Amino acid sequence: MDDPVEQVRLQEILPQHTWQDPRVILRYRRRRALGHLVAVLAVVCIVIVLSPLLDIAFMFFYRGALAISIPNLAMTSSDGGLANAIVGTLLITALAGLVAIPIGVIGGIYLAEFSGQSRYAQSIRFIADVLSGVPSILLGYISFVIFILYFGWGRGGVGSGGSLLAGAIALSVLMLPYVLRTTELSLRKVPNSLREAATALGATKAQMINRMTLILALPGILTGVILSASIAIGETAPLLITAGNSNYYSACLTSCPTSYLTYLIWNFVTSANSINGESLAYLSVFLLMSFVIGLNIIARVGLRRFSKI
Amino acid sequence: MNVELAKLRTVDRVYKCLSGAIGSAAVIFLGLALAVLLYYAYPSILLNGVEFFRGTRWSAQLGGKIVTLNGVRTINGDSFGILVFVVGTLASSTIAVLLAIPAGIGTAVFLTQVAPPKVAAPISLMMETLAGIPSIIYGFWGFLVLGPFLVNDFEPLIAQHLGFIPFLAGPVGGTSGLLAGGIILAIMIIPIIASVSRDTMIRTPKELKEGARALGSTRWEVTRRIVLPFAKTAIVGSIILGLGRALGETMAIAMLLGAGNHQLPTSIYSPVSTIAAFMLQELNIANAEPTGIDIAALMELAIVLLMITVTVNVIARLLIKQGFAGSSENVVRV
Repeated sequence: MDDPVEQVRLQEILPQHTWQDPRVILRYRRRRALGHLVAVLAVVCIVIVLSPLLDIAFMFFYRGALAISIPNLAMTSSDGGLANAIVGTLLITALAGLVAIPIGVIGGIYLAEFSGQSRYAQSIRFIADVLSGVPSILLGYISFVIFILYFGWGRGGVGSGGSLLAGAIALSVLMLPYVLRTTELSLRKVPNSLREAATALGATKAQMINRMTLILALPGILTGVILSASIAIGETAPLLITAGNSNYYSACLTSCPTSYLTYLIWNFVTSANSINGESLAYLSVFLLMSFVIGLNIIARVGLRRFSKI
Repeated sequence: MNVELAKLRTVDRVYKCLSGAIGSAAVIFLGLALAVLLYYAYPSILLNGVEFFRGTRWSAQLGGKIVTLNGVRTINGDSFGILVFVVGTLASSTIAVLLAIPAGIGTAVFLTQVAPPKVAAPISLMMETLAGIPSIIYGFWGFLVLGPFLVNDFEPLIAQHLGFIPFLAGPVGGTSGLLAGGIILAIMIIPIIASVSRDTMIRTPKELKEGARALGSTRWEVTRRIVLPFAKTAIVGSIILGLGRALGETMAIAMLLGAGNHQLPTSIYSPVSTIAAFMLQELNIANAEPTGIDIAALMELAIVLLMITVTVNVIARLLIKQGFAGSSENVVRV
């Protein structure tokens, strides 16, 4: 018993007659050693978990940065660049947002402000959560069946035809649950005392929501919107099924195929005969990761500062 | 004055009804999706019956003699069996979950119990950000780095030294197999398990933890006997949530394993295909099939995948909800 701190701790926690009992001391030390062992294992764990993630980040940022060049960025795929893919990805995401954001925000307002804990609202919440776990390929299939098989937009499948709007709608279903639930959660964070104050001043419910709660919840709602956009930007499977691919800028909404960044990666891995395929694949990974990580940082760190609640 | 008030009240009522109707979009979508899929899958259900789940061969003829079987037009020699893909999906997801459970919980323990907050906060942020990386990038990394490493270095080593364990022996080499798929899926679902587990473990009541410490428990004993039991339900929920993600993952598997492996796995190195990866690649072929039966069969496969993932997700959500019961905040997770 040379460690005075340990001596004191043992005296604090053990009955007096056991203070000097070597078996008790040994047992206590063993228990502490087990704790240290587990701590070491947890550190090993986090290292194992983080190392592939860091390898992915560093490898692709490095190789992608090497592939940056003006022709790669400025030309269309027909000339060995990916300008049309950047435009396509942004266009698809914007269209998907155009569908998902109004529906999600208005639905979120209903869940937070009008519904309370009614069974109808509970089931909407539950289905929205379940919908966020439906594999994206199924969303692509459903969009394919409705828009391409039934409506006949850009008839054809992977590589032969496709429809920009069908792809965007598939992604909007992907975004919807995130927007809906984050809108609800950020509206719920607005303190009820403010709602009561607004009502006491004579505001109707509509006035209260539109002029107060929505504005206070805006940073939170934007966080959800941005995170859902970052998910949509990196989505591939539903687009491969519905949006086809194209070497040019997309010319129309419903029956024109479009190009998008993730397609270039898929194309490089699965077919060997693409022009300038390797450097375009790395460059598109670079751009995707920059978009996704940038949007995540804006959403998680940047917007928090504007939050007044 | 009263007219004005009545008008405002009407506005409120319209607002409520309209937003309620729009809010149900998710429910309507899921119902519509199921109806549409069932409609298109109907010929396949008629044609294949139970054989759909028992058969191990999926081969859709692109040309040949068109025959009518059970009232459905099909081509002579067509066969639609999904057992291979179901087994491939379940096996790769099982490996993923087995690997991700210790790693995910260990990470959560590190973040909440071991690391000081100043270390834990940036690591959490980094993990959440990296969890947002699209699955196609994981697949690309698997294709470039993980797959070759496993096939050339890791798998021969295991097969040589641990070959006496069932499923660990067997021919190695060639292409990426079950193990590669399982590992890439594990890497993708660890952040899900870790972040939900962390969120519940943080919520362990301070009184319980401090009480246990005061009674002489070491830090690990507090974690083992207080924190983990408290968070148990939500942790199980998060594992099932991760399972749901692994079951439906498409791109990573399609890039790493491909979709052309139509045999049942014999070891953890066997190349397999999963339902989702097969659905992605077969649709192209189905478009060229003249009778449309291949598309119908794919829609039936889509229903199977929808049923599996929805069931898994419902269970996960219920468990997580129960695990978070009593806390004011709800969870929104991937």
